[in-house]
Amino acid sequence: MTDTTLHTDEHHHARPKGLARWLFTTNHKEIGTLYLVFSLMMFIVGGAMAMIIRAELFQPGLQLVDPEFFNQMTTMHALVMIFGAVMPAFVGLANWMVPMMIGGPDMALPRMNNWSFWLLPFAFVILLSTLFMPSGAPASGWTLYPPLSLQGGNSFAFVIFAIHLMGISSIMGAINIIATILNLRAPGMTLLRMPLFVWTWLITAFLLIAVMPVLAGAVTMLLTDRYFDTSFFNAAGGGDPVMYQHIFWFFGHPEVYIMILPAFGIISEIIPTFARKRLFGYTSMVYATASIAFLSFIVWAHHMFTVGMPLGGELFFMYATMVIAVPTGIKVFNWISTMWRGSMTFETPMLFAIAFVVLFTIGGFSGLMLAIVPADFQYHDTYFVVAHFHYVLVTGAVFAIMAGAYYWLPKWTGHMYDERLGKIHFWWSTIAVNVLFFPQHYLGLAGMPRRIPDYSVQFADWNMVSSIGGFAFGLAQLLFAWIVIKCVRGGEQAPARVWEGARGLEWTVPSPAPLHTFDEPPQVDDSVTAHKDQLA
Amino acid sequence: MNRTNELIVGLAVVAVVTVITWGLFAVGDNMAPGVTPFSRDVYQLHMIVLGIVTVIGILVFGAMFTSIYLHRKSRGAEAAGFTHSTKAEIIWTVIPILILVSMAVPATRVLIDMEDTSGAELDIKVTGYQWLWQYEYLDEGISFYSALDRDSNAARQVKSGISPTEVDNYLLEVDNRLIVPTNTRIRFLLTSADVIHSWWVPALGWKRDAIPGMVNEAWTLIEEPGVYRGQCAELCGKDHGFMPVVVEAVPPEEFRAWVANRKSDRTAEVTATSAPAGDADVRSTVMNR
Repeated sequence: MTDTTLHTDEHHHARPKGLARWLFTTNHKEIGTLYLVFSLMMFIVGGAMAMIIRAELFQPGLQLVDPEFFNQMTTMHALVMIFGAVMPAFVGLANWMVPMMIGGPDMALPRMNNWSFWLLPFAFVILLSTLFMPSGAPASGWTLYPPLSLQGGNSFAFVIFAIHLMGISSIMGAINIIATILNLRAPGMTLLRMPLFVWTWLITAFLLIAVMPVLAGAVTMLLTDRYFDTSFFNAAGGGDPVMYQHIFWFFGHPEVYIMILPAFGIISEIIPTFARKRLFGYTSMVYATASIAFLSFIVWAHHMFTVGMPLGGELFFMYATMVIAVPTGIKVFNWISTMWRGSMTFETPMLFAIAFVVLFTIGGFSGLMLAIVPADFQYHDTYFVVAHFHYVLVTGAVFAIMAGAYYWLPKWTGHMYDERLGKIHFWWSTIAVNVLFFPQHYLGLAGMPRRIPDYSVQFADWNMVSSIGGFAFGLAQLLFAWIVIKCVRGGEQAPARVWEGARGLEWTVPSPAPLHTFDEPPQVDDSVTAHKDQLA
Repeated sequence: MNRTNELIVGLAVVAVVTVITWGLFAVGDNMAPGVTPFSRDVYQLHMIVLGIVTVIGILVFGAMFTSIYLHRKSRGAEAAGFTHSTKAEIIWTVIPILILVSMAVPATRVLIDMEDTSGAELDIKVTGYQWLWQYEYLDEGISFYSALDRDSNAARQVKSGISPTEVDNYLLEVDNRLIVPTNTRIRFLLTSADVIHSWWVPALGWKRDAIPGMVNEAWTLIEEPGVYRGQCAELCGKDHGFMPVVVEAVPPEEFRAWVANRKSDRTAEVTATSAPAGDADVRSTVMNR
């Protein structure tokens, strides 16, 4: 393979040092590191915005910020966390792990890999710079619903451009992952021998390619409505503001699964390792993931039950949404069956994985409640929804990313992380995150709308509790950053097979994984794979 | 022996999880049943679904924590080898489907009822503005604006120095309440003059978006007289948090008297509604005379 030859040649060239090394790298491990570091930085930036939000909501009345800035914070917090923290973290994990898990030498398209990362810092410099522009950052919510989003100043054009850059980056990343998985698998690594993290990313990548262009179309129509006198979403010109919501959520709902399917994959790697037992129901996991991906395309309007859809539409989207509970339930049952009669130990990755199963399931339950249209007429746009999506995104996606980080950090750095600090981080985060988000269910049910900077005094108690949880959770993540830095700088030497029960190709290479792995493809059979389904 | 152990520990774990869950329900707020037939239906649906997911949660988490307690290496547990069970997988696919159907049936019934807006005895048009509401009683020719009341408005300014606790119904009071008769089928026609808003009174059991260029319909029938408070529920700009909805339901006789009273003031009303749009406070002062 030409790719392999190129890499072999590269060993003999002097590699650039310093900044140039990172700017010009085409190595999947280095680019993976770039993605993960970038993601951690954005997680802290987005988290700082969340702290401002929770500080203002600590008590009723406006103490710290004016309402316009508050709206900028909620909008930017969402955009930064979704596009800057969660998605790049998953792409970073894919970059590091997918080639090693399938026994490939690198990503299939290394130069494009470099470009898809380096678009991101520029996109976020542009996005964050709007905070300092005269018209301020976008303040219409991350969904950018017109006509409200069209009322802002000229920083809007910068936001649209930044979103386009993020979209291009995601699409290129997705193409690369698909090309890698379909072309660079080692001999014997059949599709149904692939680790679930690889499977879930393969499916996620197809979702990304399908929906990121839809987002690009939607925001471009906003741009032309704003600057070129079109009337796509302007009722006075014959357009329809609700059409934007349909287009946006046709992107937005698959986007939700883009942020959770790779998490399912990570959890499906970690639980078998620490249960010392192969994954239960591997094949059904693959089919459940594919079903969830398919269903994600036909449920979008459940985000907009209150816009006044016809009865038939409301019924269809309610039923389709409820059906998602079936494959999701299968996944949860499979994880628990994997633990059942295993021989479990509870290192930090396993603790985060267990918390994921419980807390993500709670988020799934509130999701099922939200699917019930008549009840959604009450829940919609309240803190109940805020609680729901933070349970699936923070204790779902983010906890899975952290579980993955602890799980693979020794492989990346060659050092064990500080297990004692890891456990402190876990317990602190898990308690704080529930103090933060569980009371928000109560607030929503009691009638508090979301996206308000100030509230009636009847909501004061639980808001204060939630804010205290928020500050504690924010602080815990600084500890996480410290644990990562400490692990990079040193620590106990990690063996190749870091975890006693770990299976899979990534554990056959030394720790830290050398820059180039599997230049010679390994031979794969069931003895090395993490999962063996007796039916498959 | 293994199975007996699992059963005993399982029951204990389920008991603990149940107590924790009960605690979470006991300390927190829940949805209020409201004052309309629809809001009570919604409340019941909410409680049914909440009950079902709670039971499922207790069983699933119970099984998981049983396993976490028993099947740990430190207790000398040896990993079993099974990776598949067709029987189990069929069971946990079919049972959830049946549960979902049992939720979908009542939900469908309630939804069909909600969407049938025919037979209205009173039509009220609601128009959202940044950041106040306009109410028009279409048959009575009454029209007025309803904005955040002065006390709340003064207290909600950044660093106002006025404590929200000193203001009655902080952020949930308006200058002009929407007066409606009880036990009357009322149809709401909702639209907007600028951006998307959402008209929501939790006690009525629904919210509906007010969208420029579209007219949405919803209905209600309030059974008990009282003052019911809500807020705009769709982000509509900087003062989204400051456009409350206050509905005052009065017995039909009282409502008729109120209508007659407003109509005698008719000349003033016409002048006021045709006044050019300006500052919210100016408009509501005009309406308040």
